[in-house]
Amino acid sequence: MEELANLFHGFAVALQPYNIMLMIIGITLGVIIGVLPGLGGANGVAILLPLTFSMPPTSAIIMLSCIYWGALFGGAITSILFNIPGEPWSVATTFDGYPMAQQGRPGEALTAAFTSSFVGALFAVIMITLVAPLVAGFALRFGPAEKFAVYFLAFCSFVGLSKEPPFKTIAAMMMGFALAAVGLDSITGQLRLTFGVTELLNGFDFLIAVIGLFGIGEILLTMEEGLAFRGGTATINLRVVLQTWRELPAYWMTSLRSCLIGCWMGVTPAGATPASFMSYGIAKRLARRGNNFGKGEIEGVIAPETAAHAAGTSALLPMLSLGVPGSPTAAVLLGGLLIWGLQPGPMLFVEQKEFVWGLIASMYLGNLAGLLVVLTCVPIFAAILRVPFGIIAPLILVLCAIGAYSVHNSTFDVMLMLVFGVLGYLLKKCNYPLAPLVLAIVLGDKAEEAFRQSLLGSQGSLGVFFSNGLVSTIMALGLVALFWSAIQEGYSRLRTAMA
Amino acid sequence: MTERSGSESGPAHKTLEIGIALLIGVFGLVVIFGSLKAGINWGAEGPRAGFFPFYIGVAIVGASAINLWSARRDGDGRLFAEWGQLRQVMSVVVPTAIYVGAMPFIGLYVASMVFIAWFMRWLGGYRWLTTIAVAVGMPVLTYLVFERWFLVPLPKGPFEEWLGL
Repeated sequence: MEELANLFHGFAVALQPYNIMLMIIGITLGVIIGVLPGLGGANGVAILLPLTFSMPPTSAIIMLSCIYWGALFGGAITSILFNIPGEPWSVATTFDGYPMAQQGRPGEALTAAFTSSFVGALFAVIMITLVAPLVAGFALRFGPAEKFAVYFLAFCSFVGLSKEPPFKTIAAMMMGFALAAVGLDSITGQLRLTFGVTELLNGFDFLIAVIGLFGIGEILLTMEEGLAFRGGTATINLRVVLQTWRELPAYWMTSLRSCLIGCWMGVTPAGATPASFMSYGIAKRLARRGNNFGKGEIEGVIAPETAAHAAGTSALLPMLSLGVPGSPTAAVLLGGLLIWGLQPGPMLFVEQKEFVWGLIASMYLGNLAGLLVVLTCVPIFAAILRVPFGIIAPLILVLCAIGAYSVHNSTFDVMLMLVFGVLGYLLKKCNYPLAPLVLAIVLGDKAEEAFRQSLLGSQGSLGVFFSNGLVSTIMALGLVALFWSAIQEGYSRLRTAMA
Repeated sequence: MTERSGSESGPAHKTLEIGIALLIGVFGLVVIFGSLKAGINWGAEGPRAGFFPFYIGVAIVGASAINLWSARRDGDGRLFAEWGQLRQVMSVVVPTAIYVGAMPFIGLYVASMVFIAWFMRWLGGYRWLTTIAVAVGMPVLTYLVFERWFLVPLPKGPFEEWLGL
């Protein structure tokens, strides 16, 4: 029960007044970020990361992770009220959330969405509390080959599980690895791929890529549709909240199923977006009133929101225990750890107990605070949405520029950000996934290091990745994930052939 | 997504798809070339610096060749975007490029003021009063939050020097 003691110690850290203040600020900023187009969880956190350079790491991660929770909550507001998903993972929420709002039940839909989000997050945090120390303890025994195998599994899951064409996923991911390789080689100390450009000596910072790809790219996509923006109003009163809460327990099966889907999809780096779609799809098939889905069924709001939050939260499990982030936002948080001088991975649980457990405790408190903030302040956040895009867009662009500059105090980075922005727009339009690209930039160096160290140990034989039971199992899982879509297709062909 | 009317024209999706695949392929070739220069074989201390990126480059070229092949096959004739939409996008990209390019010389604050004012006035069509209020207010707020509160320095130009900030 050492974990329980650690957790209580973590609560003591998270409940310090300074940290509680940062928590509330983080949640509020996060909801705003989630509501505004062009500012998502990943690049919102990336822009604000430089502000935390001078903070103690525990306070910094509490604020940044709360921004993440806030963004997860905020995405639902725009989906339900305006049929505009503020975040990709809330697309599935529009299917039933918006019809509910149109039928004059916006309060009910919002309450259901926020409460389900909270339930999903809570489920995932409890899972993290119980499982993360075990995974970390297990991972302490990993050598370079096992480490590489874990990275291999993470990246293969992207190829197998994402809905984009597999070769586009591979192309995007490999571009990320190539960008990560630019600059000083960490093992030999040799320069590579810089082609004599001094600005490239330190390589590409993934924060710049995140701000460009997700921030600028998103603004450009929104600009296609012009500056027109429809406004709306929303009110939630206590009566509606209580009434909805009385209804919700009837859907416990849907909630539980969505929690499990979310946790599974969040731990494997498939992420919140596919989790929400999958959960919606399954709920539609299994629900008694499944035929009514899409016409304003409350269950159609509960399923995707629960899964998205469970996935978004559990994405931090592999980040904390293995150093492999499960989502782009988790990747940015991992980048933050490196900047604050912490080494992500299993050693965190041994060396930085206060940090890890402070963060985990803040997840409980942050999500509770988030639920209260969004339930009470929905009208204010909806009002932010009525500020026209003609004002919001230039302000977001300026914020992105500030964020990109302050990472390294370099104006070259700001130009790079714009290049990434245009690239992000084009790639997104052509259906290339951006998340694996970003994750590859973050993990490229580490994956390469593990790969080369393993080869050094084995004198260049690839057999090292199948040299013992553990590493073989992880590699085999990776290969299954890599060829998952092909396996599925083969299976369904076999079934039709048999029938 | 709005419905595309028949009269609207724009670049074909296929063209862009092929262009992107080619661009990524060229990037892959550059990576291969750079890796060869760094050395892809084994040196005294194990695999040399170009070893890993070389295979990454090969994978990029391979994947984009397949993407190119499937892009050429796919001919549903849909548009990438209408010209009008692309004009909207360019009306943001071009001023942002100027904004970013001017930043090293006139500093972030002045550049941001001009940029926000331009955007709101010409793209948003706001009154001068609203425009100036936001265009001046945002950089001032930024200064207070970033430089004063969080002590994060941002690029300054001759104007800030003249003000003695």
